[in-house]
Amino acid sequence: MSMPFYVSPEQMMKDRADFARKGIARGRSVVAVQYADGILFVSENPSQALHKVSEIYDRIAFAAVGRYNEFENLRIAGVRLADMRGYAYDRRDVTGRGLANAYAQTLGTIFSSGGEKPYEVEIFVAEIGDVAADDQLYRLTYDGQVADEHGFAVMGGAADVVAGHLREHYVAGSSLEDTLRVAVAALGHSETEDRVIPASALEVAALDRTRSQPRKFLRLRAARLTEILGDAGTADAPSPEDVLAGAAPRHTGVDDPQDPTDQVSGNVPPLEDPVTGEPPVAPPVHPAPATPEDPTPVEPSDPVAPGEPQPPAPQPPTPDPGDPPVSGR
Amino acid sequence: MSGSRLPMSYMTPGTSSFADFLGAQAPQLLPSRRALPSGDAADLAPHGTTIVAATFSGGVVMAGDRRATMGNIIAQRDIQKVFPADEFSVVGIAGTAGLAVEMVRLFQTELEHYEKIEGMTLSIDGKANRLSALIRANLGLAMQGLAVVPLFAGYDLVADQGRIFSYDVTGGRYEETAFHSVGSGSLFARGSLKKLYREDLDEEGTVTAVIQALYDAADDDSATGGPDLTRRIFPVVHVITPDGGRRMPDEEVAVIADRMLASRMQRPDGPAAPLT
Repeated sequence: MSMPFYVSPEQMMKDRADFARKGIARGRSVVAVQYADGILFVSENPSQALHKVSEIYDRIAFAAVGRYNEFENLRIAGVRLADMRGYAYDRRDVTGRGLANAYAQTLGTIFSSGGEKPYEVEIFVAEIGDVAADDQLYRLTYDGQVADEHGFAVMGGAADVVAGHLREHYVAGSSLEDTLRVAVAALGHSETEDRVIPASALEVAALDRTRSQPRKFLRLRAARLTEILGDAGTADAPSPEDVLAGAAPRHTGVDDPQDPTDQVSGNVPPLEDPVTGEPPVAPPVHPAPATPEDPTPVEPSDPVAPGEPQPPAPQPPTPDPGDPPVSGR
Repeated sequence: MSGSRLPMSYMTPGTSSFADFLGAQAPQLLPSRRALPSGDAADLAPHGTTIVAATFSGGVVMAGDRRATMGNIIAQRDIQKVFPADEFSVVGIAGTAGLAVEMVRLFQTELEHYEKIEGMTLSIDGKANRLSALIRANLGLAMQGLAVVPLFAGYDLVADQGRIFSYDVTGGRYEETAFHSVGSGSLFARGSLKKLYREDLDEEGTVTAVIQALYDAADDDSATGGPDLTRRIFPVVHVITPDGGRRMPDEEVAVIADRMLASRMQRPDGPAAPLT
């Protein structure tokens, strides 16, 4: 007979969230910072072709961490949505809020539908206004939650550490150059050391309201970055995830968010129980029934810890040949 | 935007063309997908008239007059018929004004869409071919009198020169050398440019030559508008150089047009070309 199988909704959501968070934690961080003339995006990205930060529309930009194919998919959908709307109505009718809503609905639907793997992405949608007070920065998570951020925001692997560094050093309303220096220092900051990230390994883009063209998105190329940052940190030390990528799976039994090959999940704090506010308790795992004749369904909610001796199962009634076959549930 | 998740078609990888995507998703928004009852619709809507373009050593210039006509009526005195297609190219339109302006909007979106999705701009030949496809899709309407004939020009950063492309209603695309003109006054404008154009003209000289050509077109074609001195309405002039395209401010165009008009006061047929 088949094993009884029941997963509580809380557990299922927690597993999906763990899965998505683990995928996101592997990526390097992206920082979005407001400065005097707009919003600046900085990311450590050695590739010159595979962008994490992109233009969506005149005043709207998109940044993402996580799985490239998934956020690229979302980016293209965003460009199509914005261009379609701008063509059908007018360029001014394309808004960052509308785009963030569409992304939130999409990510939320995918996250809670049983049929699809949740997207392992986090997204920024930013829109600049005519003055700094009208700038908007939305952060969207894998489950479709939207947060309205102000000043600066970080997502990706070491988001907490980078955000902590930014919290100490960020000055509102400073110039592009100063903001860039603070953001790059924050990206190189970790609990153990302060790396200097070379200009060639940075992807930097900005929404700059002082640009004369209607399209305000602008990439800062390596030459311009070197001009601002100096040519410090030219030695490009490989980062831990670069070393681990492509290595054979390691069976350490420990969940390492930096290691894309490890086989263990669950080092990430679980979602809270929506009713009690406490982390839900995973259903206990029972050992397989000792005797094949024992058809008693194991109750998943049975509060028996694994390893404890099981109470003797009650003898099942002999099935009547006229009865329909008992299912495993 | 929609209340629920993005439709699957938005998330499907594939085409980088906005026109193709629009054709699949919202064909009613395409300028050319309209079924008309049979008959001639040519007199229903305003028509735009003359566009001229000419290259010079540092780029390319395109200019258009400001008149739209409906039969014998002047439908609009200050219509704009030359538009930037993207940073390094410009498109001017002659023919049914409503369809043409919509087609230009689609073409602008097409170029920008490709650039955003692919992360690079189309080559100038690629842009010219996309415009060709848009014109070809309009052939049915063109046969009922609603023809749109554009002139496309841009700076080719690879070949390092300005280039001009002309079209016919079937989408045929022809590269022109030095200068070209489309629209009802194009015969006169082209004749004028033949005598005035020289390869060694600088930017200002080329702008003067195309404004002279538009004046000659307006002189002999009732559908082409000349400079409107009382209302101070002058041709729309776009100049594209390796640094990008810009619309020449009206004040600069006015200075050149006023100088041309002052010399035409002496000689109404314009400057005389040497006989040999």
